Amino acid sequence: MAPVTPALLAEIREKRYARARGAASHEALAGLSLRIAAGELVALVGPSGCGKTTFLNIVAGLDRDYVGEVRLAPRPDGRPARVGYVFQEPRLLPWRTVYENIALVLPPDRADAVVKDMLTAVGLPGAQDLYPPQLSVGMSRRVAIARAFAIEPDLLLMDEPFVSLDHDTVEQLRELLLTLWRARPTTVLFVTHDLREALVLADRLVLLSAPPAHVVGEVEVSLARSQRHSGPEIELLRDEVLRHHRELIGSAATSAPK
Amino acid sequence: MSSSAAQRAFWLRAFSLAQRIGSIALLIAIWQLAAESLHSRMLPSASAVFIELARLCADGTLPFNLGITLARVTAAFLVAMTVGTAIGIVMGRSRTLDVLFDSWLVLLLNLPALVIIVLAYVWFGLTEAAAIGAVAVNKIPAVAVTLREGARALDRNYSQMAQSFHVGRWRTLRHVILPQLYPYLFAAARSGLALVWKIVLIVELLGRSNGVGFEIQLYFQQFDVTGILAYTIAFVAVIQLIEWVLFQPLERRAGRWRP
Repeated sequence: MAPVTPALLAEIREKRYARARGAASHEALAGLSLRIAAGELVALVGPSGCGKTTFLNIVAGLDRDYVGEVRLAPRPDGRPARVGYVFQEPRLLPWRTVYENIALVLPPDRADAVVKDMLTAVGLPGAQDLYPPQLSVGMSRRVAIARAFAIEPDLLLMDEPFVSLDHDTVEQLRELLLTLWRARPTTVLFVTHDLREALVLADRLVLLSAPPAHVVGEVEVSLARSQRHSGPEIELLRDEVLRHHRELIGSAATSAPK
Repeated sequence: MSSSAAQRAFWLRAFSLAQRIGSIALLIAIWQLAAESLHSRMLPSASAVFIELARLCADGTLPFNLGITLARVTAAFLVAMTVGTAIGIVMGRSRTLDVLFDSWLVLLLNLPALVIIVLAYVWFGLTEAAAIGAVAVNKIPAVAVTLREGARALDRNYSQMAQSFHVGRWRTLRHVILPQLYPYLFAAARSGLALVWKIVLIVELLGRSNGVGFEIQLYFQQFDVTGILAYTIAFVAVIQLIEWVLFQPLERRAGRWRP
């Protein structure tokens, strides 16, 4: 098969944060390289505070102060790739309705149909006139996911979007994400410190080190997604990964089931 | 809201309105009694002032002068809000410009209104533009300081969201930035209106040949307190009306998302 242009190619040689007044700068990323094929769902796993969000912000174009290169494959029509971002907090504008929050990221002529379609897809067809402070945490995340899918992203970045939610809500949101992703295939880069979550969702895991972050290993998950719900398979996989990557144990301990 | 709760809210509002009206009625009653017992030209009775007010309305001089003054207030207010907001946002976003212009702002804040007005008339002549400009310059530093606070408090998370989704500049300003500044804009507008209309009267008194300030100067020369009070009551009432029919509904609208 001919080599396919990857959807995302990132080579971050160095990313430093300046510290106040002469203190040594903090090196967040060093030699982090990542290549994702179109349509792949990749989980980026690493300990909390290892620079995962920093990396996503670089890929999203929010942070241009780094040494290295990020390349996104252009759209089929030759225009630059669109990037959807689901932040760790939903980041919905509290002074705009759910409808207006999603319409904001769309061209005005297409907004109406797309917003209604997306709200139905995330199971909130009646919520369009509500303001974000009126939503439950789970509903807010659904709207944030709807907004990211609404732009038909070529690359979807997700930064621990299900963190600090109760178990049932997380289960529902993961299921929703997979349903949406099957109906609207796109390349996904999903950041988490939860190895179990990564194993449930991803085609491939990319494991990061403690800072300065770089890739320390990769795990292909060959188990069909339909087989991943029951506990034992995931636990077996998880033990397997932890046996090979002892440095992850610290972070895995924080994600023990509640 | 249940109907009994709605009813309760209605009666509470009616009661607070009645209290307000009662308080004003008391003030007028004290005034009337004092005037009747003093019998002085320097303190006309409330009834005499209201009769004069009615006469001035009927012959058209009061509506004309009030209209002129309100037009000046509006022009100066809009200029001050626009320029002050722009300066405030720029200074709140850029440390360099903030350091550079902060002392200028402090200087302007401490400059007496009268000095600005006199200098404006001396440098630019007794013109309408000089008058309105002088009023606006009096208000601009206070607006800038308030909006600078607002610009410093802008949430970066929302700006990042807008940037990553390529929301355009204009839409970002309208939907992301300005709503965060509304509380600061309203605070600046409130204190702005209160200051601007007072300074407009001085500007008119010093260098205009119409408007409420000019009329009050004429009455002052004749020691006609009745005329002065008639104009005062009309003007204060109009300014309060602006607060009720313009500012309060706008503020409620901007804050309707709050739970």
